Amino acid sequence: MTTISPTLLTRFAVGAIAILLVGSLVVIYLNLGLPADHAWHVPTYVMSLMGKYLAFALLALSIDLVWGFGGILTLGHGAFFALGGYAMGMYLMRQIGDRGVYANPLLPDFMVFLNWDSLPWYWLGFDSFWFAAAMVILVPGLLAFVFGWLAFRSRVTGVYLSIITQAMTFALMLAFFRNEMGFGGNNGLTDFKDILGFNIQSAETRAALFFATALAVSLGLLLCIWMVRSRFGQALVAVRDAEARARFIGYRVEHYKLIVWTVSAAMAGVAGALYVPQVGIINPSEFAPGNSIEAVIWVAVGGRGTLVGSIVGAVLVNFGKTYFTGAFPELWLFVLGALFVVVTIFLPRGIMGPFFGMIDRRRQRRLAAEQSESAARASARREAGIEPDDAATAGQGAAQ
Amino acid sequence: MSMTSSLLYLDGVSVSFDGFKALNNLSMVLEQGEMRAIIGPNGAGKTTMMDCITGKTRPDEGTILFDGSVDLTELDEAAIANRGIGRKFQKPTVFEKHTVRTNIALALKESRSPFHLLLARLDREQNARIDEVLDTIRLGHLQKETAANLSHGQKQWLEIGMLLAQDPRLLLVDEPVAGMTDSETAETAKLLVDIAKSHTVIVVEHDMAFVRDLDVKVTVLHEGSVLAEGALDHVSADKRVIDVYLGR
Ligand SMILES: Nc1ncnc2c1ncn2[C@@H]1O[C@H](COP(=O)(O)OP(=O)(O)OP(=O)(O)O)[C@@H](O)[C@H]1O
Ligand SMILES: [Mg+2]
Repeated sequence: MTTISPTLLTRFAVGAIAILLVGSLVVIYLNLGLPADHAWHVPTYVMSLMGKYLAFALLALSIDLVWGFGGILTLGHGAFFALGGYAMGMYLMRQIGDRGVYANPLLPDFMVFLNWDSLPWYWLGFDSFWFAAAMVILVPGLLAFVFGWLAFRSRVTGVYLSIITQAMTFALMLAFFRNEMGFGGNNGLTDFKDILGFNIQSAETRAALFFATALAVSLGLLLCIWMVRSRFGQALVAVRDAEARARFIGYRVEHYKLIVWTVSAAMAGVAGALYVPQVGIINPSEFAPGNSIEAVIWVAVGGRGTLVGSIVGAVLVNFGKTYFTGAFPELWLFVLGALFVVVTIFLPRGIMGPFFGMIDRRRQRRLAAEQSESAARASARREAGIEPDDAATAGQGAAQ
Repeated sequence: MSMTSSLLYLDGVSVSFDGFKALNNLSMVLEQGEMRAIIGPNGAGKTTMMDCITGKTRPDEGTILFDGSVDLTELDEAAIANRGIGRKFQKPTVFEKHTVRTNIALALKESRSPFHLLLARLDREQNARIDEVLDTIRLGHLQKETAANLSHGQKQWLEIGMLLAQDPRLLLVDEPVAGMTDSETAETAKLLVDIAKSHTVIVVEHDMAFVRDLDVKVTVLHEGSVLAEGALDHVSADKRVIDVYLGR
């Protein structure tokens, strides 16, 4: 993987943000602004499907930040995504109030079913949207911080690190499957009614959620660009490529990894929180190890270390998934596997690779021209420089 | 020899790998401002000694004191680097994906705190310092080039440039002229002698012409301990040195 110049990364990111924001507004107009029988009308379910792709795009972006720039191949980011999703789901459950099947004003249906008589302590506060929103960031962030602190301090790297991230998400999946955990067990959290008092099924609410997701991807992209372009980002890439060297010039490698890992986990949490109200459910299968692996494939397909590529990869692969699981459901996993193999062999820098490559080659040519020019100038200066020096020595000689 | 004036003090340092003693009761003292050349056959333990000083390898036994009081065996790589010990590796290691200029910038003497670097920009003074280093190592015209595209010799120089930018109190330089042409070797000797005017330096090298150019006290290592020490002419007249190293 080559490193793309920060300027180029930024240019692509700005383009992507413009497309995201304008595009989402156009889609919203086509949904809300046109009558349902209009040829250009976009049905609400399609808009929410796009919202789901964008939530995945934010997850992919968070993975590209740690994998593309920190060199940490995470196979457990689905866990952070799911935790963010659960935090949002808990808020949405509390919003149901007494409209559940058992009409219990305090307890979600599954708790009534389990004969619980009060809300467990960890459900307290989730009736407040802002509390839940904070948890969306804090819970995955805190888990990542503790996990990363232990792993990076012990210098666990490479495949071993990837494997323990898989173990982490697998363990969480098993835990969330248990009814006694108090997160709805197998069924998870669903049957949501309102969000912030608005009907979660209405086209207007769906449009707002869709736009919020596009905005979140844009902000995520800006955050990543800011981190990557900073001197922190340069040091991070240095750590990625030559960890030992970075240590010997005084960089605390584990701190760099820990920061980027924690920020990335929080981003994945936000992605999960935007995903849940648009698909209407969160259950333990979101923790499945396969999900995390799939998300890494989106990034590889789009182009690792390109930021924008991860968004493109996530959207395209998931679009393909929707199509294939509808048309030829049994084929999807083969298609995904084949796609991964084909991309890694023929497009090692992903779909976005050739675009960056084209511009990069032009830059290389310009640089080469500049270099020969500056070398010529330097030699001209040296030649010119000799004379005054000689004159000075000659002058001194004469004075003596 | 007083411990207080010495910058680096190794006493009875031993390291073994699976029973093999790479360092065997090694003792050495380096004065403040001194430049020392270390020679010795392959496997003598030269690199391992540097590993011990920089925290990469923890000795099984012995003391390593920096600046009279800092026990280096207690610190990790980053802490040791931040105390002012810089290192050039035997196999040149630079940040391949970064430009030449960024490589120097990354080594620049400054806080290594990630939070600081998230916000900090290079100021005019720092940029001037980078220009100066680039000038010294003659890579100014290649500053925008990706380090991966440099030749072997250029990478060696870039790594020396990174050491300069880091401005450590003690420089450990492992085989700086390996793979260089004769004229490059002579240039490098000049550069190191120049650096040694304001720094304490240890250079490991096999190239005898180069060591002669440095014109400093030489320590000969053999099987993990000091075999001889003194001026190059003195040690190269030593029969044991001729037997194990020079005469081969
Ligand atoms: N990590 C390690 N594990 C096992 N053996 C090691 C390790 N590091 C060094 N050695 C062994 O210790 C001995 C000393 O190695 P060292 O690299 O210090 O030699 P050197 O003097 O630098 O040699 P050269 O001139 O070839 O660079 C060698 O026999 C080497 O094989
Ligand atoms: Mg060596």
